[in-house]
Amino acid sequence: MLPGVLVFAAAVGAASAEKGLTLGQAVLMSFSVYAGASQLLALQLWPEIFSLSAIVALVVVTTAVNLRFLLMGAALQPWLSSGPPAPIHLGLAGLTDANFVIGSRYHAGGGQDAGVFVGAGLFMWIVWTLATIPGHALGHLLTDPKRFAIDMVMPLTFTVMSVGLFRMRRDRLAWPVAGAVAVVTAQLVEGFWFIIAGAIAGSLAAGVFRDRG
Amino acid sequence: MTAADWTGPVAAILAMAAATYMVRFAGYWIMSRVPLTPFLRAALEALPGAIIVATVVPLAMRGGLSAWIGVAVAAATMLAVRKDIAAMAAGMGAVMAARAIGLP
Repeated sequence: MLPGVLVFAAAVGAASAEKGLTLGQAVLMSFSVYAGASQLLALQLWPEIFSLSAIVALVVVTTAVNLRFLLMGAALQPWLSSGPPAPIHLGLAGLTDANFVIGSRYHAGGGQDAGVFVGAGLFMWIVWTLATIPGHALGHLLTDPKRFAIDMVMPLTFTVMSVGLFRMRRDRLAWPVAGAVAVVTAQLVEGFWFIIAGAIAGSLAAGVFRDRG
Repeated sequence: MTAADWTGPVAAILAMAAATYMVRFAGYWIMSRVPLTPFLRAALEALPGAIIVATVVPLAMRGGLSAWIGVAVAAATMLAVRKDIAAMAAGMGAVMAARAIGLP
């Protein structure tokens, strides 16, 4: 998990250097936004002149890429709501792909301690922010993300984490539905909407067919 | 450096951060106000896996053959040794190797 976070954060730092962000701005972005895929995509659209419409466009792109956090928060709610509110809210502020899958896998294995989710999120928040710095400094060395497989960090992280999450009875329908709807959506619609469409379709399939063992 | 040089980027970054926090809290907030029916419970239990599958499959298709090789190697390594770091390293290494020899 950790090497993936390091490499991904360094790639974001490198991309921000390439787009002319200062080191302070790059660190501010990693610390405050803390959502790698949306940061990379926003940086690809990073404007030279910051009109209001340019900022709105960046916010829309960021929100669209990060809408999956809404589904993740919803998925975690029944578990996390049993814990104390203050740390749970801190944990939600640090909600991202990595601690979502760590938390989900831990909970699927019978774990109840919400501190696993919160702690993993805060730890990786710090790592993520700090790893932006060497990425920004190395800048041009990392600007070919495909060569170093950086575009595959998120899918590979997810693949690794999905092993152990699969439950035959529950997921043998939900996972194919999620994959098929996501693939079709990715062909038809630009951006990252396929995650939302596929995830909702798979989840609804599991809900509708919950009693058919 | 004039004020305008940094206010634009900083304003954009803070606006992006605010939007991301709203999304982070929204799902939890909505679910804490909706009764948890058997349907919703079953749907939410399947949601983490569905999010993962819906992310990986299209991204692997976009990434080409090298991406599929990486996904297969990462999953196989994870099944064999059950170590996150080893599986990530094997997957990343497989993608880099496949691309180094010119696979798409």
